[in-house]
Amino acid sequence: MSEAVRLSYDVSADDFTHAGEASGAIKRTLKKLGIDMEIVRRVSIAVYEGEINMVIHANGGVIEAEISPTCIEIWLKDKGPGIKDIDLAMQEGYSTARDHIRALGFGAGMGLPNIKKYTDDMKIDTEIGVGTTVYMKVNFT
Amino acid sequence: MLVSDVQKILDAECICCENLIDTEINSACGSDMMSDVLAYVKDQSVLLTGLVNPQVVRTAEMMDMPCVVFVRGKKPDETIVALAKDRGIVLMSTPHRMFTACGLLYQNGLKGGCG
Repeated sequence: MSEAVRLSYDVSADDFTHAGEASGAIKRTLKKLGIDMEIVRRVSIAVYEGEINMVIHANGGVIEAEISPTCIEIWLKDKGPGIKDIDLAMQEGYSTARDHIRALGFGAGMGLPNIKKYTDDMKIDTEIGVGTTVYMKVNFT
Repeated sequence: MLVSDVQKILDAECICCENLIDTEINSACGSDMMSDVLAYVKDQSVLLTGLVNPQVVRTAEMMDMPCVVFVRGKKPDETIVALAKDRGIVLMSTPHRMFTACGLLYQNGLKGGCG
């Protein structure tokens, strides 16, 4: 792989059936490129948690990924309500998800902590009433 | 242990991907909270859950879990089965409750994938 591979996916709001399509597609692309399975799994989990967050909290958005020979960088961009307190949101177990989301198996307050756990770099850029971009990077070596 | 052993131990009905029941599994995780599964599960685990929605299959897909067992006789709908078939994930339904199903597998030598 000499040139970077760029991917982009739309994520629909409140579409729980299709939530995970973008993560699955990124996962399959990485597998095809022959990336180590453990790394593929880490990327998949991190993007999936982010994608679920976009569906639950942020009215959907766009996921963009750039795969270079040395790493994958991903931007999850939404136009949702923004995150009031990032430190609180990063705490395991803290969640603002409503009961119907918990009934679907999410909203345990593990999303952002899981993303941090599985990535080599993570940044959150958020503005109340404007939206949030979650950046993540996973190195291949 | 093989996925086919899980089927026998749990008196489970195989719902799809029966051709993949010879897959080896090393551990199991019982949870209705998918974020917990995503946080702790290791390689080649079987997922036992009482939750029935497409995100169960998606979670298994992301974690490379070859098999999902629905407890208490729960059955997935066609959308969920179609997704599992496409991703090559064995779906099963056992009449046992979560506690009993986990206990039976543990008793037969399958250990937890958590921690």
